[in-house]
Amino acid sequence: MSRSPRTSIRDGATQREIDAAMAAADRVGPPDPHHPNRDYPPYRSSALRHPRHAPLPVVDPEAVELTGPVFGVTDVSALDNDLTLGQTGEPAGQRITVTGRVLDRTGRPMAGQLVEIWQANAAGRYAHDLDQHPAPLDPNFTGFGRCLTDGDGEYSFTSIRPGAYPWRNHLNAWRPAHIHFSLFGTAFTQRMVTQMYFPGDPLFPYDPVLRSVTDQAARDRLVARYDHQLSLPEWTLGYRWDIVLGGPSRTLFEDR
Amino acid sequence: MTPPAHPSPADPDRLPPTPAQTVGPFFGYALPFPGGARIAVDGEPDPITVHGLVLDGAGSPIPDALVEIWQADRDGSLAGAPGSLRHDQVTSAVVGRDGTAFTGFGRVPTDADGHWAVRTVAPGPHRPGAVPYLAVAVFARGLLHHLHTRIYLPEHAEGLRAQFPDLPEGRLGTLLAQRERAGVYRFDIRLQGERETVFFDFP
Ligand SMILES: [Fe+3]
Repeated sequence: MSRSPRTSIRDGATQREIDAAMAAADRVGPPDPHHPNRDYPPYRSSALRHPRHAPLPVVDPEAVELTGPVFGVTDVSALDNDLTLGQTGEPAGQRITVTGRVLDRTGRPMAGQLVEIWQANAAGRYAHDLDQHPAPLDPNFTGFGRCLTDGDGEYSFTSIRPGAYPWRNHLNAWRPAHIHFSLFGTAFTQRMVTQMYFPGDPLFPYDPVLRSVTDQAARDRLVARYDHQLSLPEWTLGYRWDIVLGGPSRTLFEDR
Repeated sequence: MTPPAHPSPADPDRLPPTPAQTVGPFFGYALPFPGGARIAVDGEPDPITVHGLVLDGAGSPIPDALVEIWQADRDGSLAGAPGSLRHDQVTSAVVGRDGTAFTGFGRVPTDADGHWAVRTVAPGPHRPGAVPYLAVAVFARGLLHHLHTRIYLPEHAEGLRAQFPDLPEGRLGTLLAQRERAGVYRFDIRLQGERETVFFDFP
């Protein structure tokens, strides 16, 4: 059952009210220090969408969850990792390269992994009919990509730096710029959906989604690092972001 | 900065994992793919449909959830083939699996009425004597970290009970699909509230 008293944040709450709720949640901390608390009142949509029962621990998972779907060369196209291609013109905004390695918790690179990303355009608008905030759509940017990691577990995308965007969690709520990531691992227990942020974003302290990860060190692991070596002259700015997939897998068990 | 991943102080042999974040409301143009609900191969003699609602703590359907299924083939094999997201080589568009090989993977967004459905095959036992089930991952706007559950078909009710002897009957029942008619099973996923689905954690 839930450990915290039922608190709910009113519709139309101010940033100050959200700040107070975030500070209160920081004091409680999540049940799992590595991950967000699913019961996080400052993110108002979580109120009715988190289980009240603690998840049932399965210490000896079955082979079903210690394996997972596999993907191969037919599951990606050569252009899939460049979100600036495929339309008639160049998308608006700052071209970026985002690259990094996918690792398991022993630090071993995970090769041949499907990485999927999606993001808003440079103006902070998603190519989704339900995103109706008054920023321009970009006909040259659809905003999603896929790739497979190479033998060193490395993925790489060329894209556009996404804009921050407003949302209706509270008055004057703005999401810091981010790219959504989806990863699989070698076991279904390692399945992961997360968001990558850009270093030094002034919106970090105000955002309940990022701050649902209450541990500062864990939160820092969601922030990419600017890497000048990755930047290409007169072309793109480089960001590096490594991803570590948790959860047991067959390969981890074989190590024991 | 991004850790050039360093060991966690609490567990020096292990790197700390990257934290999860919500899938948000706008995954719909990126993650779902054509044929994502069609797990059974073409010509499958005995396909089943598994469907249901994803519901919140007020009992309201959730129109922006994503349900993923991973399962064994009818013979219990977990060697799912690649190719769920097969691309057309001319246009680069995703056309989905070709229907010949069993990939074991399904991915469906909920409809505007919170409903999802997959067409698949009843999984076989993944080892001799194992109780078969479909592994499920649920993602949604408002859900900060996805959830894992399992779908057991009604003929495995006894096996399910034996597997989780400490779970009260009411909770156990949330893991059991209901047979609606031949080949059609209902499985609602309740994120919160009365009859909240049992979710699993794999520490
Ligand atoms: Fe977003």
